[in-house]
Amino acid sequence: MKIIIFIIQKEFKQIFRNKGMLPIIFIMPLIQLIILSNAATFDIKNIKFSYIDNDHSSYSRNLIRKFEASKYFHVITSFPNEHLSNSAMLNGDVDIVLEIPQHFERNLTKDKHTNLSVTINAIDGAAAGVENVYINQIIQNFNRHIKLKLMQPNDAQITNLNIISIPSFWYNKTLNYKTFMVPGILVLLVTMITLFLSGMNIVREKEIGTLEQINVTPIKKSQFIIGKLFPFWIIGIGILSIGLIIAKVLFKVPIIGNFGLLYLYTSIYIFVILGIGLFISNFTDTQQQAMFISWFFMVIFILMSGLFTPIESMPKWAQIITEFNPIKYFVQVMRMVMLKGSGIVDILPQLLKTILYAFIMNGLAVWSYKKTS
Amino acid sequence: MSITLNHISKSYKNVQALNDISFNVKAGELFGLIGPDGAGKTTLFRILTTLLTADSGSATVSNFDVVKDYKKIRNSVGYMPGKFSLYQDLTVEENLNFFATIFGTTIKENYDLIKDIYVQIEPFKNRRAGKLSGGMKQKLALCCALIHKPEVLFLDEPTTGVDPVSRKEFWDMLKRLQQTGITILVSTPYMDEAALCDRIAFIQNGSILEIDSPQEIVKHFSKTLYNIRAHNMYQLMESLSHYKHTFSAYPFGEYVHYSDNRMDMNPNELHMYLVSKGLNEIIIEVTQPTIEDTFMALAK
Repeated sequence: MKIIIFIIQKEFKQIFRNKGMLPIIFIMPLIQLIILSNAATFDIKNIKFSYIDNDHSSYSRNLIRKFEASKYFHVITSFPNEHLSNSAMLNGDVDIVLEIPQHFERNLTKDKHTNLSVTINAIDGAAAGVENVYINQIIQNFNRHIKLKLMQPNDAQITNLNIISIPSFWYNKTLNYKTFMVPGILVLLVTMITLFLSGMNIVREKEIGTLEQINVTPIKKSQFIIGKLFPFWIIGIGILSIGLIIAKVLFKVPIIGNFGLLYLYTSIYIFVILGIGLFISNFTDTQQQAMFISWFFMVIFILMSGLFTPIESMPKWAQIITEFNPIKYFVQVMRMVMLKGSGIVDILPQLLKTILYAFIMNGLAVWSYKKTS
Repeated sequence: MSITLNHISKSYKNVQALNDISFNVKAGELFGLIGPDGAGKTTLFRILTTLLTADSGSATVSNFDVVKDYKKIRNSVGYMPGKFSLYQDLTVEENLNFFATIFGTTIKENYDLIKDIYVQIEPFKNRRAGKLSGGMKQKLALCCALIHKPEVLFLDEPTTGVDPVSRKEFWDMLKRLQQTGITILVSTPYMDEAALCDRIAFIQNGSILEIDSPQEIVKHFSKTLYNIRAHNMYQLMESLSHYKHTFSAYPFGEYVHYSDNRMDMNPNELHMYLVSKGLNEIIIEVTQPTIEDTFMALAK
C-alpha cells in the first residue's frame, strides 16, 4: 500500500512538472467544452435564399415577405430566370431558389390550387433536410393565411378537415441544443483525456527506459499498474466535476438527476477507458504509436456514439457495433440522468454493461501486460 | 559462487545473441565482460537480471535460479542499464527516494553504502535528473542501484559516453564497493578498464573467447609483438597489409602493432621490405602485448 501511494505521488509530481501537459489536461477541455457546445448546433441560420418571381402579384410578394421576416433566411437576391439562378447555385452564392410560377395569384384565387418549385443545395444533406422543413413551415403558414382570406361562406362545408399537431418536447422544452450537446461533449472530454493520458503514460516509461529499471525491482505488477493509473482516474473525475459546474453555471443546463449516480457511473466508466489505455500501451513501443491508436479508437467511438448522429438511423450492422462502444452508454447515461432525472433502475442496463466491459478490458490489459514484460 | 552460467544460449529471430555461455563469478569478485558492441553483453545482463529468459541452459545469481526464483533475485541485485533510465523529471533526491521506497527501504538505512558517491551529487540534490551531466547521471544511477544493499551489482557499460576523469572516478568507486563484499559484474568496450577487474571474459558474437585475470590473459598472446612506426602512417599500414608474412597489423596509438605469421622472424627483413616501399624513419621494436592485443588476436 505504501508503495502504491508513493507511485501515485510520483505520478502527480511528474504530471504537474510537465509544463506542456498541464494545460492539455485542464485548460483545453474547458475551452473545448465552451467552444464546442456553442458551435455544435443543428440550428441552421443565415440560409442564402433567392427567388424567381414570375407572377409579380401581391400574393407572391406576400410569400417572399414571409421569408424575409424569418430569422433563418437571408434573402440575397431575385433572379429573372432559371438559367441565372442555376449558375448562382453552382457558384455557391445561394442555397435555395424558390420559383413562383406565372398566374400564382390567379390560380390560387380561382382554382384554390397552385404549385411552387423549390431548389435546395443538398451538398450537405443534413442541412438540406432541415432547410426543407423550414421552407415547408413558412409555406404552410402562408397557406393557412390565404385560406382564411379566400374562404367563401359556402365553402365552409367543403373545406377539408385540417389536422394540426402541436409537439411538446419533453426533457428539453425549448429544444435547446446546448442542453442536448453539453452532456455529450462532457463525455468526450472525460474519455479523451483519460484515454490519451493513460495510453501514453506507460509507453513513456518504456520509451525512456525506466520500465526496465522498474522491472528488476521487487515491485508487483498490480502495485505498479494501480499506482500508474489511479492518478488518471482522479483527473477524469476532476474533469467531470469542472464540466458539470460549467454546464450548470455557464450553459444553465438543467441537472435534474442525482449527482451521486453520475459520479458512480463515471467512476466505473473511467475504469473501462483506463483498461483500454493500458491495453494500447502494452502493444506499442512509442508514445507516437500509442497516440495514433488511441485516436483511431476515439474517432470511431465518437462517431458511433449517438452524439452527433442518432444510432437509430444507422444501418443494422453499425448498430451492433455501437453495442461495444463505451461512449454510447456514457452519453445515454449522462443525458438520462442530467435531463430526465433517471434513477439507478433506469440506467441499470448501461451500468451493468459498463461494469462487464470494465472487467473484460482490465482483465485483458493486465493479462497482456504480463506477457510482454 | 555468486553468479553461475551453464550453457546459456539465446537467439532473436535470426541472430544468435548468445551461444553456449558458461562461466562463474566468485562472491566479492569484480568481473569484467569485455567485448565490442553487439557481442551479446546486454543480452547476458538481461538474462541474469531476469528481464529475459534464455532459450536453453541455466543460470543462478546468489544461488537463486534466474527463472524459478526471479522474485528473490530482484530483491537482491542492483542493475544499472547502459541507457540512463531514471526519471528525468524528478530531482536527484526524489529518484533516490523512489527506488529506496519500492525496495522497501529508506535512504537513511543504507546511507553508508552510497555515502562516498552521494556526497558528490548531494549539492545538486534538488536538480532534475535530466539536467545533470553525464558523469553525474552515472553516479546517481549507481546510487539508485545500490540503495537496497544488493548482493550482486550488474553494470552494463557504465562508463560509455563519460569523460576520462569521471571514468577513473567511477572505477575507483567500484573498487571501494568491492571492499564491502558486493559482487560486481561489469561490461565495457574499453580495454583499459579491463585491467582494473579481478577477472575478465572476452566475449564476441555471443561466444566467450577466453576467461582469465588481466595479468594472465595477456599470456594467451603467443606471438612476438612489434611496435612499428614510420614517417607515413597510412602508407605503412598499406605496405604491411600487403606483406606476405603479416599475421596482424593494426594501429595502436602512434605505432602499428605488428605480429608475424612465422615463429622465427627477422626484423631486418621487414625493415628492408618497408624501405623498398619508400618508407623512411622506420622504427621496429619488440613490445609487450596488452589486453587489447590479446583480444584482437583471439577475435581474429
